[in-house]
This record gives sequence, C-alpha cells and structure tokens, in this order.
Amino acid sequence: MGILDIRNVTKRFGGLVAVRNVTITVEPQSIHSIIGPNGAGKTTLFNCITGFYRADEGEIVFNGEPIQYLAPDEIARMGIARTYQNIRLFANLTAIENVLVGLHSHLKSWLVQPILGLSSYHKEEAWAREEAMRLLEFVDLKDQAYFLAKNLPYGEQRRLEVARALALKPKVLLLDEPTAGMNPRETEETMALIRRLRDELGITIVLIEHDMKVVMNISDIISVLDYGEKIAEGSPLDIRTNPRVIEAYLGRGAASGYAESAEAA
Amino acid sequence: MRGFPWRETIRTGLLGSVVALHISLVGMVEAFSRREILKDVVSMGQLLLLLVVLIAGYLAAQRAAERRRVYGVPAGILTGLIIGLVLAALALTIKPLNMREVLTNASRGLVKVLLFDKKGVEGVAMLLGVMAAGGAVAGVLQLIPSKVRRPIVYAFIATLTLGLLRDIFAVVLPRNVARYFYTSSGLTPKGAITLLLVWGGFFTFSQLWGQRIRSSLEALPPQQQRPLRWTAYALALVIALGLPQLLGDRGGYIFEVLDIVGIYIVMGLGLNIVVGFAGLLDLGYVAFFAIGAYTMAVLTTPELPAVRQYIEPMGFWEALPIALLASLLSGIILGVPVLKTRGDYLAIITLGFGEIIRLLVISDALKPILGGAQGITGVARPQLFGWEATDPQDFFYFILVAIAVGFFISTRLKDSRLGRAWKAIREDEDVAIAMGIDHVATKLTAFATGATLAGLSGAIFSSKLFSIAPHSFNLLISINVLSLLIVGGMGSLPGVVVGAFALVGLPELLREFAEYRMLVYGAALVMMMIFRPEGLWPETLHAREFGHGKEEAPGSGQATTAPAAAGE
Repeated sequence: MGILDIRNVTKRFGGLVAVRNVTITVEPQSIHSIIGPNGAGKTTLFNCITGFYRADEGEIVFNGEPIQYLAPDEIARMGIARTYQNIRLFANLTAIENVLVGLHSHLKSWLVQPILGLSSYHKEEAWAREEAMRLLEFVDLKDQAYFLAKNLPYGEQRRLEVARALALKPKVLLLDEPTAGMNPRETEETMALIRRLRDELGITIVLIEHDMKVVMNISDIISVLDYGEKIAEGSPLDIRTNPRVIEAYLGRGAASGYAESAEAA
Repeated sequence: MRGFPWRETIRTGLLGSVVALHISLVGMVEAFSRREILKDVVSMGQLLLLLVVLIAGYLAAQRAAERRRVYGVPAGILTGLIIGLVLAALALTIKPLNMREVLTNASRGLVKVLLFDKKGVEGVAMLLGVMAAGGAVAGVLQLIPSKVRRPIVYAFIATLTLGLLRDIFAVVLPRNVARYFYTSSGLTPKGAITLLLVWGGFFTFSQLWGQRIRSSLEALPPQQQRPLRWTAYALALVIALGLPQLLGDRGGYIFEVLDIVGIYIVMGLGLNIVVGFAGLLDLGYVAFFAIGAYTMAVLTTPELPAVRQYIEPMGFWEALPIALLASLLSGIILGVPVLKTRGDYLAIITLGFGEIIRLLVISDALKPILGGAQGITGVARPQLFGWEATDPQDFFYFILVAIAVGFFISTRLKDSRLGRAWKAIREDEDVAIAMGIDHVATKLTAFATGATLAGLSGAIFSSKLFSIAPHSFNLLISINVLSLLIVGGMGSLPGVVVGAFALVGLPELLREFAEYRMLVYGAALVMMMIFRPEGLWPETLHAREFGHGKEEAPGSGQATTAPAAAGE
C-alpha cells in the first residue's frame, strides 16, 4: 500500500469516459510521473485526487484513509497540494501573500482575534511571515517577496506556485506540467528543485509532464495513460522500450521501428 | 501644413460637438448657468462647455503633436472652432426652426448662455472666440511638460471646486474673509486670482518636493513613523470633533450633507469587505441597510400597536445591538443560498434579495409590524448621560464613531488570515479551496461583516431621520454604494471616503446636479473605467511598512538598536 492509492477509478463526463478503471499506487517519497498524449485524462485524474471532480467509481486512499468523498479544501488540509498546468497564482496579491494563503490551514485566527489584536494573533502572524519568507527563500524568491505575483517573470511564477503549495506542508505534491514553456536552463533548475522537494523535505511527488527528457531523468516510476486507461507502468527504462507506449505517442506502425532503434541504442 | 491630421482633428471636434450639443439640449448648460463661478464673467454652464472644448482640444492636440509638435496648438484651435461653430449653429437655429416644440430645453435662456448675453453677430463672434481660445489653451497645455501642466490644472480644478462650494464656505468663513472671496453667487475676481495663486503654489510645492518628503517619511523606521501617524490621526480627530462647535448654528446644512456622506461611508466600508476584499458582487446591499434601519425603528417607536402589545418601546442603545445582530443574521441567511453561485449569478440573486426586502417592507400584509408604505415615525434617538442627539451636528459624532469602527475593522482584517482568505477567493476561488480555505465559512463571514456595517449605518440613519419609509431603501442605494466603491477604488479604504464625497457629497451640495445626477454618474463611471479603472484613490501596497513593521514588532527587546540599523 502506497501513500496514495488510486484504485479502479473511473470518471465520466456524459458519454465520454475521461478516466477508465485506473489503478495507480504512489509509493512514499517517490517521484511518480503520469504521462500520456493530450486528452489522456491526466489532469482529470489530478482533479479527482484533489476532490474537484468526484470519481464515479473506484476509491482514492490517502495515507490509509479514503478521500474520494471529501471536499477539496479538506483534502488539501490532509496534505495533498497541487500546482496548475496554466499557472494560477493570486495575481493581485504579493508573492509573500500568496504563500501566506498557502499557510492558511496552519493558522487559527479568524474574525475576532485580529480585531481585538490579541497577542496570540500577532505571534501567529509573525510566525507565518517568517515561515513564508523561509519558503520563498527555498525557491529563491526572497527578494521578490513584495512584488505582485502578476509582475513576476514566468519562471518565478512557476516557482512561487511551488512555494505556495509547499506552504500547505503537503505529504503529496501534484505538479501539473511544471516545466511547460521553460527554456532548457529553467527546466534543469526545475528538475533540481523537484529533487530537493523529495530529498530535503521528504515530499512525495506526482508529476504530469510532457517533456520526456524530464520524465525519463527524474522519475522513479512512470504510469502511462491513453484514452483514460492505464496502458503501462514501470521504471523509465521499461517505459522507454514499451511498444504500447510508443504506439500511443507515435501511432500504430511506428512502434516496431522505434522500439528497435531504442534497444539498439 | 503638410501631414496635418485634418481628418482626426475634425473628427475629435465633431465628437466634442456632439457632447456639447447633448449637454446643452438636455438642459444642463442652462441649469448650471444660474450658478456663477466668477461674478458676471463665467457661469458654470459656460464653463461646462469650455470644459468640453478643453478636453476635446487636448485630445486633438495630443494626436496632432505626435506628427509634429507645432501642429498641437492649431489642432486645439481647430477643434475649439468646430465646437464653437456647431454651438453657434444651434444658437441661431433654435428660434427660426422652432426647436422648442420638440426639445423643451432649447430655450431662449440657452441661446443667451451660448451667445454670452449678446445678440447676433457679436454673440457668435464671442462664442467662436472663446471656444477657439479654449482650444488654444488646451493645445498649449498639451505642449508644456507635465511637470508644469499638473500644478496649473490642479490649481484650476481646486479653485473651481471652491467656487462651486460657495454656499458652504461663504457661510462657514468669517464674514470679512468670505466677502473677499465670494459674491452672492460665485467667486470675486480678486478672490479667484488669490486662490489660483495659492493653489498653484501649493501644487508646485508638492510637485517639486512632495515625493521627496513622502519617501523620506517612508524611509523612517516604523518606530518613528508610528508617532507621526498617530499625530495625524489625532489631528484629524480634533478637527472632526471641533468642527461642529466651531460652526455652531451656521453649519446645520453642511452637517446634514456630511451625515449623509458619512452614512454612505459606513455602508461603503461594509460593501468594500464584500465586494472589494472578497470579490462577491452584491447588488442587494440595501437590504441589510433596510434591516438595520427597520429593526431600530420597529423596536423603538411608540407606534405599531401590533408590536407594542408584546414589547415596550426600547431606547436607542438597547435596540442597536439587536439591529446589528439582525443584519448580521440576514447576511448569513443571504449568504447560504448564494454560496455556490459566482459572478453574474450572484449579482442577480442578491439583486432579488434586495427587492424582496423592499417589497416585504412595503407590503400590506406586514403593515401592522413594519408600517407599510407610510413607514414608521418616532424612532428613538441616542442618549448619552441625559443628553439626546437631535440635530445633524449631534449625529455627526455618532456617524464619526461608526466610520471609525468600520475603518478599524477593515484595516485590522485586511492583512489578517481572514482578509487573505477573502482576497484569495476574490482572485481565484478554486485555487483558494485547493489551498485548504473553507470557502463556505470565508464567504459567510464576509457577508455577515458587510451586512453588520450596513445595519449599523441603517440604524443610525433611521434614528437620525426620526422616521423611515420604504422608498428610502430602493435599488439606487445599492447602486450608489457600489459606484462610490468603483470611483474611489475597489478594496481601498481611503477610496471609500473619496468616492462617498465625490458621488454623494458633491451632488448634495450642487443642487443643480440633482436633476442630472444619473447623467453625471454614468459619464463619470464610463470615464473612470476608461481613464482610471483602479479608482481615484486605489489600494496601495505598503510593501515597506508591511514588511518591516511586522518583522520587527515581536523583537521589541531590540527596539533600542533597531532604528539605527533600519535607518542606515
């Protein structure tokens, strides 16, 4: 049993089956990639895990507890954080405020404490700011703390999104195409950051990614989806040579030639 | 004149003409001409037309100067001439074409204003001359650097505003000072020149050194900023408290206006939490205002036998907490069904809620409890140690306290965990939820807090008026409050005050406006959206104080060394 078990999950939209009977077991402190052609159901699966979609069938178990009936905010508080394919920061808030929002579930104050200005509230806020700064430092954004999120360059926005997700102190972090639109150097840095998340913070990473160089380089295990079904699973090496995967990506017929050349290499 | 943008200039001129014709024919020019800015020289009506010329001329000059700088002034003049010609054509054809039969405002009075009280050729020449001169001035203004332009324009606006507010200042100022500046209906020439010079000096000063002073103030460590800020607050408080005493009986009308503005400020602060912070577009905000007002009225009036057989009339202070609680609860009651809705749908539902409350209040079925269409009279007034608030000056104090409460709550919550949750939901609700924010509790708290402030405002309102009637609680109030937020700047607290004065205070003071209120509102909102969508006083990021103050506050043990370190 892994830290995150996706068991026979099916999600339909009307007649369309976006995810069909998918079972994926994510081992603790692994980097688990989910790949597949466009429309294979990867992001749908993320939305099922985070509770934004309700799986029609199957079970999602996190840390031994079924979570498929919980509300998205409850799932987030249990320790599953995510980033988005198209960056979704709180654009008109500063970088540090974005991270502070991520810390929301670790703070207690509500309406009365700030109005009365209780000392426990000030202490909590001071702690939160310190913590937020520490997280910004972790992703190397300390100097940009008071910039509006929308004014940050693309690569920094991606990193800020990671910092915000880290603020939840997640056990599992779902990253949806974290290197999309990045140049090779930025991609390299992002890969290093993802490894640090796992090695230094002990976070389990589930990664959706199109850049095969990243996937092959970084993953411990790869699951391949196609038309909503899991067609393969294994180590990068297994996946690279799996004819079904090549077929899914390149189309029937291409598979034989490619597999041979891959093996020869 | 090679490359002169004839076509664009003429188009701008014609556009300006359309605006000028419109405000002339809806009667604004004539109505405003009764108010003189400079005795016997310029009336507000003529100034309005001149303003159109100035703006059109400025835009045309800007376009033309992009081609070649020397084209700026001619383009301004041409624009002015076109507008002048169109207005002259209007002035000359009103009578022969018998326009008045169709356009009731095309009156002889309008012709008189347009032709500067002169007849025939002389009047037309005067009109063309003034308009061309206006265009020329606009062209020159466009030409000079903005550093010089800004103080000049601001000085004119300030002088103009003071001229418009004659009715207040002529009463408020000591008699001999008032006589120096004001005549019976406008500014005196020497008063106008003095004001222009003083304001010009002031704005030049702030242009040259304002930024430096501000940044050097901001560079001060927070420990030294705090006493300065508190001094400013204390000064504002002393002025606010002293004003009614200073003005005595002369101030009745002014405080009547200030009270209304204040009531709107309190409502604005409440709606700012709902719309500005949490981004929940509430078009039925008046409902909470009505609930606060009616709870206060029903509980305290000696009328309404159906109610009185169960409860004795209460005093203001006993009823106030109940009124606040009632509006708070109604905020939650509205909040629950609209939790799942967003944007346009939320707006429509809240709109409906506002109407439901108004219809309930006006209905015959509830007449024994709520007074029906006639409303309720005999609402209690606040008493303090045997003293009872009666005139606008007394209520001014209560409204000040309410504003202070609203400000206090808003500033405290703004950067708190709750405030951040509101802003996160405003920015992207799905992501906020994915960050573990309980959107149900967060939204309901926003509705409840906003509704309570509206209820407070309503309770004071009904007590101040002594009586309330359903027609005071129509949709227009919701729209007004929302508009003042937009004009002031969404989410900005000083913006609420500025917006309330601009949209509620000015129309109250300029009674001529009343008739054209909606026209001016519409034009003002459209202009705001195009030229300054962030509002008159947008929310600023106090990055520095935000970062510094909070970081250093807990380490008060090092307070003695901190200023030296931070001030380097």
